[in-house]
Amino acid sequence: MSEKYVVGFDGSQAAERALAFAVDHAKATGGSVVIAHVLEWSPYSFLTPTELEERHKRRSEELDRAEKALMKPVVDGLAGSGVTIETSIKYGHIAEQLGKIAEDAGASQIVIGRNGHSGIGSRLFGSVAGSLAQTSPVACTIVP
Amino acid sequence: MKSVFSRAAVAAAALSMASLPAYAQSIDEKVNEVFANSTGWFVSLIFSPFPGTSFPWIVAWLVIAATVFTLYFAFIQLRGFRHAISLVKGDYSDPNDAGEVSHFQALATALSGTVGLGNIAGVAVAVGIGGPGATFWMILAGLMGMASKFTECTLGVKYRNEYPDGTVSGGPMYYITKGFAERGIPGGKPLAILFAIFCILGAFGGGNMFQANQAHAQITNVVGDYPGVITGVIFAAVVFAVIVGGLKSIAKVTEKVVPFMGVMYVATALVILLINFDQIGWAFGQIFEGAFTGLGVAGGMVGALIQGFKRAAFSNEAGVGSAAIAHSAVRTKEPITEGYVSLLEPFIDTVVICTMTALVIIITGQLMIDPATGNYMLNEAGTAIATVDGNGGVALTSAAFSSAFGGFQYILALAVILFAFSTMISWSYYGLKAWTFLFGESNGSQLFFKVLFCIFVIIGASASLGPVIDFSDAAIFAMAVVNIIGLYFLMPIVKRELEGYLGRLKSGEIKKFTTPAE
Repeated sequence: MSEKYVVGFDGSQAAERALAFAVDHAKATGGSVVIAHVLEWSPYSFLTPTELEERHKRRSEELDRAEKALMKPVVDGLAGSGVTIETSIKYGHIAEQLGKIAEDAGASQIVIGRNGHSGIGSRLFGSVAGSLAQTSPVACTIVP
Repeated sequence: MKSVFSRAAVAAAALSMASLPAYAQSIDEKVNEVFANSTGWFVSLIFSPFPGTSFPWIVAWLVIAATVFTLYFAFIQLRGFRHAISLVKGDYSDPNDAGEVSHFQALATALSGTVGLGNIAGVAVAVGIGGPGATFWMILAGLMGMASKFTECTLGVKYRNEYPDGTVSGGPMYYITKGFAERGIPGGKPLAILFAIFCILGAFGGGNMFQANQAHAQITNVVGDYPGVITGVIFAAVVFAVIVGGLKSIAKVTEKVVPFMGVMYVATALVILLINFDQIGWAFGQIFEGAFTGLGVAGGMVGALIQGFKRAAFSNEAGVGSAAIAHSAVRTKEPITEGYVSLLEPFIDTVVICTMTALVIIITGQLMIDPATGNYMLNEAGTAIATVDGNGGVALTSAAFSSAFGGFQYILALAVILFAFSTMISWSYYGLKAWTFLFGESNGSQLFFKVLFCIFVIIGASASLGPVIDFSDAAIFAMAVVNIIGLYFLMPIVKRELEGYLGRLKSGEIKKFTTPAE
């Protein structure tokens, strides 16, 4: 059975590990991988008038940077792997968006890496892994 | 060694500080005199009453406009209210547009420009002069003003300039120019230029000097009297760092703290009202009775009405055109949606926040009532109601809040400083947009405006309240004169937009993006 994996990717080492894990499994099952990058964004944050004016410009720049600097090298690197690679760049809450991307793509699994923060930070603010474990619409693998 | 050095430094600093106040005091007086003399004619022109009455024509102008828009759009502020909230919640936002300016953000930014000292100090001035009855007229003006805001913000988005780099410029100067040309009405350009001139004056006045002035008043209220020029220089330095130096961190912090302060202000007011629960009925009684009799205030019912309308207009800026500048940055395919969202602004600003301030002042018994007649007693000059501590303006609000919560004046001082600061940042942007409309987008001309803006901060903090508040009102109302003329000519365009939109909403062509669970 060919499986589709959504990998939460932010360029970190943990994300690289998650990607390698997903690619391995996709290879084994003849499946495909969606590399997903979510830009943290809340429509309820506060902006100054100048930020308001420049928002559209900044957004284009951010998308452009994510596409060229983050996604392209990875996709190029996997060109010879024999696995079908798609990409997806979204704005919003990271865990929420990964869930949505998985649903939209009809994926069977979400794979993310773990940064290994165990301290007060993640207790206070929660972690992506934690909220994904609670909300993910499909099976979720957390790669240590 | 180190301690000797630092002690010497402190002594030197103390010496120089000792001679500074006397010197600064005379600067204050000078600034005040020059300021009052040079702006007096403008103030009397804007506020001149109808012949034979004491009713300023400008107040009638705003009220008539708000009434016209309310009727022309068939009470859009009532029938569009729920849809407005739905839009702010993002129900109609395309998820693929995430990362663009949301309706909520445009609303929040526009609000942080209007929620400010008008809500704290302005209301105290209104209630202090016009009595509780002024509150009634203020609320009415706020409700009517929602229609004016709806009209101007729709136009702001529809006729904004979009530049190749993705930035936008919008506001009355653009919709008056382009809208008039589109409808084939002559005179758009000169009218737009006039608006831009008044907008720059308004940015220096209500958006700057009034803020600096009242922030200084509140600080001295807490730490004791000292020359305003000192506050002015400090404020000017911070504003300079943000708008010229591009120090985004300060602006960012303010933008995050201001909404929090606003919520806390309303929450505190609510707690005070809850504590005095039994008095709320009486307070509303005073508001209604005062609205139609004046309850002994200077000018009677008309006095209350003028104060209420004036403060509402100054606080929520409906019809002034400033919000149209802030709202025009939002990304939307439907300009009318921004109109819907913006009609919440006068509601939050005036109907909710201003009313809270007024109720707290009335309920905590700051205004002196003559026990014999039940009317309010006037001060010695006969110009305002006598208050318990002889306070007026922001000091009156401060006294009212701290009579219920000791120490609240410190929190209020912080709130006032932050509100003043965020309003200044917003208005520096509005003024700059008007400036670049007139003088082009070159860096030199922008820098000149920004530096000038900072100088006015110092002037505002140094001058006494009277001349500053008069000039601030006059400049902002002058914007409304031009803007509303523009709105009258362009309102059929808004109506067309509205009808088209409502039609598509009804037919299901425009629908919510939040898909219900299958």
